[in-house]
Amino acid sequence: MNLKTKLLSAAAIICGTSVGAVELEVTHWWTSGGEAAAVSELAKAFTAKTDHTWVDGAIAGSGGTARPIIISRILGGDPMAATQLNHGRQSEELIEAGLMTDLTEIAEAGGWKDLVNPSSLLDSCTLDGRIYCVPVNIHSAQWLWLSHEAFATAGVDVPKDWHQFVAAAPALQKAGLVPLAMGQQGWQQNIAFGTLTIAIAGVEDWREVTVNKNAEVAAGDSYKSVFEAVADARELARDSKVQDWNLATNMVITGKAGGQIMGDWAQGEFQVAGQVADQDYSCLPGLGINQVLDTGGDAFYFPKIDDPEIHAAQLELAALLISPEVQVAFNLAKGSLPVRGDIDMSSANSCMQKGLEILASGGVLPSDDMSLSADTTTQIEDLMAEFWASDLSATEAQARYVDIIADAD
Amino acid sequence: MDSAKRPNGLFRNKSAKIASIPMILTALVVFFGGTAWTVFYSFTGSRLLPKVKFVGFDQYERLWSSHRWMISIENLAIYGICSLVLTMVLGFTLAALLDRKIRFENTFRTIILYPFALSFVVTGLAWQWILNPDFGVQAVVRAWGWESFSFDPMNNPDIVIYGILIAGMWQGTGLVMVIMLAGLRGIDEDIWKATRVDGIGLVKTYVQVIVPMMRPVFVTALVIISSGIIKLYDLVVAQTNGGPGISSEVPAKYVIDYMFKAQNLGQGFAASTMMMVSVVIILVPWAYLEFGGKKRD
Repeated sequence: MNLKTKLLSAAAIICGTSVGAVELEVTHWWTSGGEAAAVSELAKAFTAKTDHTWVDGAIAGSGGTARPIIISRILGGDPMAATQLNHGRQSEELIEAGLMTDLTEIAEAGGWKDLVNPSSLLDSCTLDGRIYCVPVNIHSAQWLWLSHEAFATAGVDVPKDWHQFVAAAPALQKAGLVPLAMGQQGWQQNIAFGTLTIAIAGVEDWREVTVNKNAEVAAGDSYKSVFEAVADARELARDSKVQDWNLATNMVITGKAGGQIMGDWAQGEFQVAGQVADQDYSCLPGLGINQVLDTGGDAFYFPKIDDPEIHAAQLELAALLISPEVQVAFNLAKGSLPVRGDIDMSSANSCMQKGLEILASGGVLPSDDMSLSADTTTQIEDLMAEFWASDLSATEAQARYVDIIADAD
Repeated sequence: MDSAKRPNGLFRNKSAKIASIPMILTALVVFFGGTAWTVFYSFTGSRLLPKVKFVGFDQYERLWSSHRWMISIENLAIYGICSLVLTMVLGFTLAALLDRKIRFENTFRTIILYPFALSFVVTGLAWQWILNPDFGVQAVVRAWGWESFSFDPMNNPDIVIYGILIAGMWQGTGLVMVIMLAGLRGIDEDIWKATRVDGIGLVKTYVQVIVPMMRPVFVTALVIISSGIIKLYDLVVAQTNGGPGISSEVPAKYVIDYMFKAQNLGQGFAASTMMMVSVVIILVPWAYLEFGGKKRD
């Protein structure tokens, strides 16, 4: 045997021992510190528990940057093996076009229907009775994160709700701090708007506008006070010139800003920075006014790939993502809530416990991604980006918002 | 060629014509076919995937009532006019200065052309940092002692487009200068001698003799600059990403965002059709004047 045949036979033996082991490319946009820690938990579990390899396809930038890349790859015939998306209406047409793998069988085998809590998460993965995605976490956007250090510097007590926060703002400004940290991107400003809506206009009116697209309610008095509150918040965030959400969170962590309205994924950043809940920072779900959270989140979709080995590996990954151990490890690192109601999250910190309590008591709402199409969301984000960065009046912004809701589908 | 009848023009140079058929087909299918497809689907209610569901002019009505689109158009107009005029003037002036047989001409030429070697993404990022008030120009001037100096275009919605203009010109002027320099080098030395004999001043020589002689060079530069203006996208994405708010949005970014982020192909196609229409409106009369006039000569 010469060297060449030796090498060839060696290669044949290696291949022979690892039948069915494939590389799965997984795309996602989890790139901040806490998020990267969480995704490495998934990769670790996948490599340890199966023969397959996790090929990380992180796309830097937020969902707005990553989603077009992901979708154009799927449409363009170069699909990845698995991808993160926010479940809901973003992938409706991809499923209708038959581009996504049907997961119904393993979902039934795994009894997902009974496990997933709240059940609306699985409903938004379902189209015509078939299941197309695995929910991996629950994210809620309605949180106010407060820096204890900043309020100590300003010499005021840490607020217990949004009204106290606004009242404390002048003291923060006097101490040379930015009251409200805000990344200058439409989606972040839209989160602040949505959160203020639920706190100020109440759940009923919010549901009427966002879910039922009732433009009359959007033009009414309750939304008028929402837009006025946003205009006030805009003044509190005037000196916050950062772009990315984690940079804004960092202002809160370092005590340069009093607070930030951001989803519970901000929790991961506090954790990476070694801060302790209720000691270095505190969190107010629903701005401390309305104890409700929306239940958006991330889900994994598996684009159809015409290769039985990859298909089998995709199903293995899908079942793994929802398994109890992975759910605990992943969600503890990410600061999000698990999609299963039956696992032990006692190691979670007090902020996550608050979230779990609200979840258990049923104070849940559908997320914007489930009610509004990407088109409507983009228009609202454009409006919010303009509103927060300019001197647009609250009345004018409300009028434009009413137009968008009236045209929404 | 020595046949009795003169062959039909269509069949002359047969092999050359056959050889060019693939190229012609590609051009027809890719350019005209693609354009027609886009225009056709701009009249449909296509969302993520193209669907034949006609909605008339709805997409265009929505487009022209959208604030973001109006701001995009306005920004492109400001950027376009300023960059066209300033790049031409600056490019020509620099070329004329270099053409005065100065020392170290090669060095200066390289320095001025160098930014052109950078992509718009790098240019945008570099200028984002240069114009950042905390460690860019403003910070440097303040450190020199002018404490009240304020220059913060990146965070001022009213002037942010000029911040992008500066970056775009820094990148593009070098190329125009090199084209102009080549044109100047093509001017016969005898012309210069003649103007010197006639005692015509330097500036007057440039404006009244040299510039008219360089007309083809100016047309080339104009085409290059204009195509760069219309497709302005990556510079904005890298430098401001449309911000603050939506005050530095441009049409090409509207098209991309609505096609892929908002998953609304119809709206994106309507916007790109409008971009094409505006190019055609500007291009056709100009092309007519430029090329149609030659027949009369």
